[in-house]
Amino acid sequence: MPAGPPEPGARRRLPGNLLAGAALVLVIAAAALVGPWVAPFPYDEFHIRDRLKAPDAVYWFGTDEYGRDVFSRVLAGSRISLFMGVAATAVSLFCGVALGLTAGFFRGRIDEWLMRLMDLLMSFPPVILGLLILAVTPPSLWKTVLAVGIVYIPAIVRVTRSVTLELAQEEFILAARARGENAGYILFREILPNAWPPIIVEASLRVTFAILLGAALSFLGMGAQPPSSDWGLMISEARSYLDQAWWMAVFPGLVMCLTVVGINLLGDGLREWLDPRLRHGGA
Amino acid sequence: MILYTLRRLALIVLLLWVMSVLLFAITQVLPGNVARMILGQFATADAIEAVETKLGLKDPLAVQYGRWFSNLIRGDFGQSLIMERPIGPLLSEALGRSAILACLSFVLVASAGILLGVIAAVRKNRPVDHAVSVFSYLGISVPEFFWGIVFILVFARFLGWLPSAGYSPLDEGLWSWFSRLIGPTLTLTFTLIAHISRLTRSSMLETLRSRYVLAARAKGLPERVILFRHALRNALLPTITVLAIDVGWLFGGIVVVETVFAFPGLGRLVAFAIERRDLPLIQATLLVITAIYCLANLAADLLYAALNPRIRYARRTS
Repeated sequence: MPAGPPEPGARRRLPGNLLAGAALVLVIAAAALVGPWVAPFPYDEFHIRDRLKAPDAVYWFGTDEYGRDVFSRVLAGSRISLFMGVAATAVSLFCGVALGLTAGFFRGRIDEWLMRLMDLLMSFPPVILGLLILAVTPPSLWKTVLAVGIVYIPAIVRVTRSVTLELAQEEFILAARARGENAGYILFREILPNAWPPIIVEASLRVTFAILLGAALSFLGMGAQPPSSDWGLMISEARSYLDQAWWMAVFPGLVMCLTVVGINLLGDGLREWLDPRLRHGGA
Repeated sequence: MILYTLRRLALIVLLLWVMSVLLFAITQVLPGNVARMILGQFATADAIEAVETKLGLKDPLAVQYGRWFSNLIRGDFGQSLIMERPIGPLLSEALGRSAILACLSFVLVASAGILLGVIAAVRKNRPVDHAVSVFSYLGISVPEFFWGIVFILVFARFLGWLPSAGYSPLDEGLWSWFSRLIGPTLTLTFTLIAHISRLTRSSMLETLRSRYVLAARAKGLPERVILFRHALRNALLPTITVLAIDVGWLFGGIVVVETVFAFPGLGRLVAFAIERRDLPLIQATLLVITAIYCLANLAADLLYAALNPRIRYARRTS
């Protein structure tokens, strides 16, 4: 959150931001890691006699139309959502950093073509681009990850390219060039280590976008497939039972919000911490 | 300015052409046989052969593309495979309904977002500001489809004030038409209002610190004049560019929100087409959405240039 002009409170609020985010993310990550062992029921176990039960002492978040425990499903879903967010971000990070370094370092025609290509990618609304990629073949989780990753490549490319352009003018790079180092060495040993902070910040913000986009695609039936317990998919399935069982939609949604808020807080905190220039002003 | 506009329009035409090639390519890599999709699983080989010849599926790819593209130019989008109706009218009906939704949402986003941002900036670090912050944080962190569900639960199921979903034409009564627009509109706008108000707040704060605002204050101008005549004008520049990007969000959001509210617009049509693998429909809807998105971006850039005297594209290009 922008903190206005430098003021004593601005510095104090920073760790709070970061810590609260980190705490939330840790809880969700822990849930994703140990979820299957602490869940009261297997996420896909039917309890036909307990269909659509309201939350009670046995089923904390109630049950769905097959009597599956919503709490256990939400727990299992955390794994899918976090995986989707992190894996998709890794995809865009990997491609984006490589392309951004190339464009920013070699300039010239390569740069021109790459950036036009990125403009092309960015000229589609994210959900539409994701749908377009997924429209081709039957949906499955890894394809969604790939699609979401591709959608967010341009953002990473832009950040990496601008940092690379800036760094390439620095004296230590000129020195490396003068020493006759080859391009690979300069790119990976000199530029990349110095380019990480802004890229990491951008990536941490992308994780939430990736989670939300992944969930939206799953919601539209283009992501995780039944019987898996992705949050977006759970909310989509809950739509037919809104009149009888509000808990089927509300709990996965709430947990998803908490996750995203947590990662956002963490990302904002990281940004303020890593980039003192942004400590005041900036959106 | 005119030259710049023309160049941008040419670029858009180029982009749409690339898009049409891409969409056509998708048809070719899609597994499954179009003729079989039309005739169903148990069609005989002869029947499939006949349909393929009739639809020209056996011609070389370039010929097929040429035929499809020339029909497209003449405004003929072909026939929906699933609904077995010409796509043109389907598309224009859906587009009309979505346009109402999109315009309502856009007006609401622009007005409410900017207003909230200004209020938050003026009342910085007061309760109002914090309330707007929390609100915008929630808006940014929560996906539209979940807000849509929450909205249905609260207003349709628990309070019973509004119908939960669907669409009713205007001639069946103003309220029944309007009541079905409220949910989708509010859901669509929530995230964007949050986005815009955050942005307006920070750029407004920056402007309020500038020297010319100080000068205006020193002149003794009333605060209202300073805010709206001096500060807001400049503070709005970044907001306007982002508003344009948000038009794209709006279209992405429309797919999700129309699905939640079963609103028969363009977004629902896209989702339906992709779900049922209705190729001609996929091609037509995606092409139309891309076109609208590009035009919206162009409009925003032109507006930006018109409002910002430091940028005059014409001088640079001529």
